[in-house]
Amino acid sequence: MTATATSARSDLSELGRSETALRTFLHGLPGVDQVGAEQRAAQLGTRSIKTTAKAEAIDLAIRMVDLTTLEGADTPGKVRALAAKALRPDPADPSCPHVGAVCVYPAMVPYVAEVLRGSGVHLASVATAFPSGQAPLEVKLADTRAAVAAGADEIDMVINRGAFLAGRYSEVYDEIVATKEACGDAHLKVILETGELATYDNVRRASWLAMLAGGDFIKTSTGKVPVAATPPVTLVMLEAVRDFRAATGRQVGVKPAGGIKTTKDAIKYLVMVNETVGPDWLDPDWFRFGASSLLNDLLMQRTKLTTGVYAGPDYFTLD
Amino acid sequence: MFEYAPAPESRSVVDIKPSYGLFVDGKFVDPTDGGSFKSINPASEEVLAEIAEAGSEDVDRAVRAAREAYERVWGPMPGRDRAKYLFRIARIIQERSRELAVLESLDNGKPIKESRDVDVPLVAAHFFYYAGWADKLEHAGFGANPRPLGVAAQVIPWNFPLLMLAWKIAPALAAGNTVVLKPAETTPLTALLFAEICQQADLPAGVVNIVTGAGETGRALVEHPGVDKVAFTGSTEVGKAIARSVAGTRKKLTLELGGKAANIVFDDAPIDQAVEGIVNGIFFNQGHVCCAGSRLLVQENVADRVLESLKRRMAQLRVGDPLDKNTDIGAINSSAQLARIRELSEAGAAEGAERWSPPCELPDRGFWFAPTIFTGVTQAHRIAREEIFGPVLSVLTFRTPAEAVEKANNTPYGLSAGIWTDKGSRILWMADRLRAGVVWANTFNKFDPTSPFGGYKESGYGREGGRHGLEAYLNV
Amino acid sequence: MSERVAVRKTYKLFIGGKFPRSESGRSYLVQDSNVSLASRKDARDAVLAARAAVKGWAGATAYNRGQILYRVAEMLEGRRDQFVALGASAAEVDAAIDRWVWYAGWSDKLAQVYGGANPVAGPYFNLSAPEPTGVVAVVAPESPALLGLVSVIAPAVVTGNTVVVAASPSAPLAAVTLAEVLATSDLPGGVVNILTGRLSETVPTLAAHMDVNAIDLTGVADADLAAELEVKAAENLKRVLRPAPADNDWYADPGITRMTTLLETKTVWHPKGV
Repeated sequence: MTATATSARSDLSELGRSETALRTFLHGLPGVDQVGAEQRAAQLGTRSIKTTAKAEAIDLAIRMVDLTTLEGADTPGKVRALAAKALRPDPADPSCPHVGAVCVYPAMVPYVAEVLRGSGVHLASVATAFPSGQAPLEVKLADTRAAVAAGADEIDMVINRGAFLAGRYSEVYDEIVATKEACGDAHLKVILETGELATYDNVRRASWLAMLAGGDFIKTSTGKVPVAATPPVTLVMLEAVRDFRAATGRQVGVKPAGGIKTTKDAIKYLVMVNETVGPDWLDPDWFRFGASSLLNDLLMQRTKLTTGVYAGPDYFTLD
Repeated sequence: MFEYAPAPESRSVVDIKPSYGLFVDGKFVDPTDGGSFKSINPASEEVLAEIAEAGSEDVDRAVRAAREAYERVWGPMPGRDRAKYLFRIARIIQERSRELAVLESLDNGKPIKESRDVDVPLVAAHFFYYAGWADKLEHAGFGANPRPLGVAAQVIPWNFPLLMLAWKIAPALAAGNTVVLKPAETTPLTALLFAEICQQADLPAGVVNIVTGAGETGRALVEHPGVDKVAFTGSTEVGKAIARSVAGTRKKLTLELGGKAANIVFDDAPIDQAVEGIVNGIFFNQGHVCCAGSRLLVQENVADRVLESLKRRMAQLRVGDPLDKNTDIGAINSSAQLARIRELSEAGAAEGAERWSPPCELPDRGFWFAPTIFTGVTQAHRIAREEIFGPVLSVLTFRTPAEAVEKANNTPYGLSAGIWTDKGSRILWMADRLRAGVVWANTFNKFDPTSPFGGYKESGYGREGGRHGLEAYLNV
Repeated sequence: MSERVAVRKTYKLFIGGKFPRSESGRSYLVQDSNVSLASRKDARDAVLAARAAVKGWAGATAYNRGQILYRVAEMLEGRRDQFVALGASAAEVDAAIDRWVWYAGWSDKLAQVYGGANPVAGPYFNLSAPEPTGVVAVVAPESPALLGLVSVIAPAVVTGNTVVVAASPSAPLAAVTLAEVLATSDLPGGVVNILTGRLSETVPTLAAHMDVNAIDLTGVADADLAAELEVKAAENLKRVLRPAPADNDWYADPGITRMTTLLETKTVWHPKGV
């Protein structure tokens, strides 16, 4: 690190103390040209990943899946089954890696924890009045602490989009700081809900805000609004974590969530990671997919590569 | 590390004949004196085919065939029917797009992703666009009953072989002219496949004639007294020679020549997209682009930041097999062009500019040049003044918008320019002052059949594309 | 061997890319076939479908719209015989095909002829460009059934409008058959909607509909009815194309007025400065 970079670090750590400083900083970030960003994302999507590269990408993608169920109808039985699948995604093939994490509502955490204990598969819980975040701060923090106490080692919080869009950046910042504190040792993923932020400029600002406030991961979406993760949104967030590490030395992870359903989609994201932030992020510690149906498609494609025959959904477990 | 496995596009979709004749009066014919030359794959130096070399007698034959077709068939034909032939051609191009793309990449060296996603789709679109004009000429704003010129002599370069053919032939035919076209000697194959497409479309004989050969063939064509119109795309030097040779004749002339475009990045630019635009501006098609953004003018207060991002991005460029679907930069088109790029790059280093390329392995056979930038370049350097026509970017800095304009315009060329800033009024202020035929703002190297393209000053005159592109082929 | 018994076609409405029967369950016998007798509610449904299609169709690139109109010409060429069997002359079918081709070419040219830079006296960029007006109600001419119909639909949709067409009551089979062409030409559902039946039921509803932006009265032969419809149209200032003269030559060069009447012009100002 050069002297300038070091001083840049200390400058950034002061930003959260003043609404004005935060606003000046966030609005001073370079703009994002929508057309250009979308074209770049589309261009990366045309990479052709074949044979050995595809096989490696599929296994990596499986290890990056945050296998998710966030339904009102979730039951202990349902989430236990999901956790079992997380451990052994393809019971027929012991060489198949386990997923990155299981992601559930706080009330479901204890049931998943029983299954995952000691497995190396992380246990993520959404919290902070997911998905809207429209609850008093104390409630959100209690939600977070409860999830951690029940065994979650990763917390997926939502930012206060209303406050962000109204320009009350300090409020958003303080909530993230408080949630991070409530997490204790658990990793904090900050959900920006990019579908509600409407512009890439906002996505970039929200990404920086979340990182400045101490988020370990930035995540696109709850999956509960019409527009979830998209390649250009993820590209803008990857650029943000890249620039943030250059400025501060701290590496932050990225998690696109929602709408990623096929192996083809997942590989496009991996290409984007590879060519935007590089191999440092090509690891489940730094990049995750929030998804549910993606896993089975990855498994089907994985089987296709070994057998040469297209698989059908009947041959994979549905949990 | 995520290594991409080779992903080569299949060559089996193209069927290259061992030798090709000239396409005259609807048929492939042998040249009178039997001369020929070879077209090679610049990525491997493999000989692709033996190509007939047209002498002056052959050119004469082609011009006479074009005249005959003009007088008897194409000139009198209702625009509505000319349109249908052009629509047919457009459709066949779409149907045979993969074949055309692979052949273009083989003969030219450009990456398949560009021939597949840029060149060939634009070719089809260009024919579609001008097909639609053929029955609407009286609406084009050139008077009540615009007439064609007659026979057009068209000479095109090797950088976008099929696309330049489309830019020439589509408006000429739409307006009711017939053509004799000479493709570049290093890239004749897609033009010859286009000749087959004309046959497939049942285009009347003689409407399109293709004569292959080098400079002498081109000279014979543009100097032929039987042509009414000359259209040339290529170097400024040859363009000037053509302008001299048609002086005093009735031939209408349009020229699309060299460039040394400034790509101007302000401190409030969307940096990530600007970096993409810089890369696309100079490394698209190996920099073999007349409108390439070969001079980067970056505002001094963001120069370090932009250059750091640019270098990081350049390290991601994949140089190699043009047929690999993941290749970003293909082969230099010829050994002669490679020698010129090397010569100018060495001059850049000798004159004191700092040279940088990302680490990249170049294949042993074929013609290759790593993507390169020079920093610390001043207006006095040769690499800031002369067109390199390769993947070499000269970086200069500026302090104020006025200085950027001054530097951008300080060249005999005037084909294109780029502006990167989030401020709309500055874009328009700059655009007003830039002496260039195409100004891209927050984008670069964008082409569309509806959009006129062409240069100021020594970058040539006349416009191709759009409504304006008709004017070159109408007696107005 | 007994003679083969033919399978007869059912002629239905064309709304939102689908072929529903009239919600009224009614039909009328014309040209030896039962044809749906559209009701006011069908007209309302058609307007909803047309409105829903505006965003995508107007937002498509001009190139894309041109390609689709050209595709219609291709598909129509392949079904020449069907239209001849319904009573069209070969010349009429030819002209109808060519008309699609003519308008297909206009998609990416009209703005270049009917828009442009304005040299205002001041440091401003100033550009005028046409935009589609939105949903257009169209009364197709009685005859020529096919060429007349194509001549009113194509100029409305090429620029990005969507249409609800009241087909010729006496010759609706060509209209429904054209709908089959449109349904197989990559034209998004809802861009063209075709109602068959009595004009007196559907057209006043369309003329008065507050979510219709323009009305083309070309096929209204009765001058009093045309005036009445124009009065209804005035309520929300619909753009109006008046009825065609009885001796209109449908084979002649149609010019560009049909397109321009159904367009808005938008002028954009922007300062120029550092």
